[in-house]
Amino acid sequence: MESVELRAAIRDGIAEEMARDETVLLFGEDVALAGGVFKVTEGLRERFGPARVFDTPISELALAGAAFGSAVTGRRPLIEIMFGDFMALPMDALVNQAAKCRYLSGGRATAPLVVRTAVGAGGRFGAIHSQNPGTWLHGVPGLKVVCPSSPDDAKALIRAAIRDPDPVVFLEHKRLYSLRGPVGDEVPRLAVPGLARVARAGADVTIVSVMKGVRDALAAAELLASEGIDAEVLDLRALRPLDVPAVVDSVARTNRLLAVEEGPQTGGWAAGLVGAVAAAALDQLDDAAIVATDPTPIPFSPPLEDAFLPGPERIAAAVRERLGAVVA
Amino acid sequence: MTVDAMGRAPAVEEPPAALPWDGGEPGDAGAMLAAYERMALIRAFEEAVQRLFLSGEVHGTTHLCNGEEAIPVGVASALAPGDQLAATYRGHGHALALGVEPAGLLAELMGRASGTCGGRAGSMNVIDLEHGLLGCFGIVGGTLAAATGAALGLRDAGGVAVACFGEGAANQAYFAECLNFARVLELPVLFVCENNLYGEYTPWEQVTAGGDVAARARVLDVPARRVDGNDVRVVREAACEAVARARAGGGPGFLECVTYRHVGHSRSDPARYRPPGELEAWRERDPLDRARAHLRDGLGLSEDEVAAAGARAEQQVEQAVAAAQAAPFPEPEAVEEYGDGVG
Repeated sequence: MESVELRAAIRDGIAEEMARDETVLLFGEDVALAGGVFKVTEGLRERFGPARVFDTPISELALAGAAFGSAVTGRRPLIEIMFGDFMALPMDALVNQAAKCRYLSGGRATAPLVVRTAVGAGGRFGAIHSQNPGTWLHGVPGLKVVCPSSPDDAKALIRAAIRDPDPVVFLEHKRLYSLRGPVGDEVPRLAVPGLARVARAGADVTIVSVMKGVRDALAAAELLASEGIDAEVLDLRALRPLDVPAVVDSVARTNRLLAVEEGPQTGGWAAGLVGAVAAAALDQLDDAAIVATDPTPIPFSPPLEDAFLPGPERIAAAVRERLGAVVA
Repeated sequence: MTVDAMGRAPAVEEPPAALPWDGGEPGDAGAMLAAYERMALIRAFEEAVQRLFLSGEVHGTTHLCNGEEAIPVGVASALAPGDQLAATYRGHGHALALGVEPAGLLAELMGRASGTCGGRAGSMNVIDLEHGLLGCFGIVGGTLAAATGAALGLRDAGGVAVACFGEGAANQAYFAECLNFARVLELPVLFVCENNLYGEYTPWEQVTAGGDVAARARVLDVPARRVDGNDVRVVREAACEAVARARAGGGPGFLECVTYRHVGHSRSDPARYRPPGELEAWRERDPLDRARAHLRDGLGLSEDEVAAAGARAEQQVEQAVAAAQAAPFPEPEAVEEYGDGVG
């Protein structure tokens, strides 16, 4: 199978859906002529024309509201909020308008829109171009939050997001845009159980994460394998809906859970996940822990940002420590 | 406007010599009578809502539009099937002007299963796309973006979207973002500012720099008019002009309709912030009274014909009240219906 970059996998997925469904529109800041600051949407304006792919003002609130209004009236808008940090601006349109319209209307109105946004730290972008807004949104009924960790998932999930009948926030980790890998033709349903995926099978501990955290967990698992520890890595692929059944299944085999979150523990998805697994399967759990970041804004200086982030070494160290504690 | 003596109401433009329903066309009297009857329906509905609120049957809060009826009726009369209008939390009048069933709307306010949205939405959040109600939005300014987006969605089919909002929305980010967005993308959207002189309890001029909302639209090259919002014919004429231009590809339009609410901001507001005499002066300009006067004096209808229209409206509301009171509440098990099923 051909190996493609994650950014190209997203682009291919968008192009396939735009070719398949002429109601799909793509708009945002610099997405058309420039092809996006991360070059995800390059060439789509040329292919699908300026009526379907167009640039907008730097107006995140109007942009998200335009997505909502056009979605309710029969389009499938796909918008880009350039950086995840900017998601602070369009929250009313997303949270109060789009997310609630199916329920409030008794199913008579739906908002099938997708918001793509680039998230994640590690690029020396500083505190307000590095956050992961997934945890601002994963508690909002009516929204879905999906987040790929590989080119294959990126294409599959963007296609699923565009086809979904309700609003979806699609998180793209900036450190993964250049990741290469094979790409298939799966279009999953954004529902649980069945959304999470075992990225690496193992018997001793379940490491759960999303996006860059999955890559780090896989690297940590390789480090641990050389020490005789067999870690399973589970990729949730979405923060809402959260595939708790998949985690419970894995923990039933390993009895140990480590959730890795690129963000603070308080209010994060990992804390909610560990709680949900404990509530569902406490008898299966010998141990549960979280690797998260410090509860600070994301620092700029390279040594500070590196210390802030979870990485393979910290994940592996956490596994050793927790297993050691159990063994001792 | 005569109340300019109070210095609070911005001056409106002189109406054109020829207004809709002025007796120059066959059927004018019938169309004007229908517009009056719809305004009377809204007034009677709002009065019923107030009674039902006081009796504990309408829950939560309400934002009534008594005195502002000419705006939704005039604007809705300019729209075609398939167009969509976004209203605010003060949206009962807009829903009724668009043709939403009074019984369903009242049942919605009373939390009944037969409500327009099955009792999930309540007074502030009603959605009824079939009747052209894109939604009612509880955040000041939210309608501007929803309608801007609807204009994008409806454009290719020849549709038009309308955003209604109070003058308070002129100070929200939504206002500048959406007017600019709609202008540069040439979207068929009409922005209707219902300037009722108060943002909740605060006089608008205290918190609105420049003192001219329509001027803000003109700065962005959006054609804007400030008109008498208490004359349904004036509102209709201005809305028809802007809607026709938008539908023909001329991009967005803007109307500032100067009006006044006869009641407080919400159910808990006795409106003690009003200067003495202001409400009385505005009651002199009641849009229903002015419509009645035109029907009689301009179109030659008899007092009985006009009174019969008012009586029909009141009867329709009485029937809606009875139907809503007889309707069951939703079963508690329905709480998760239409939810996303995520724990």
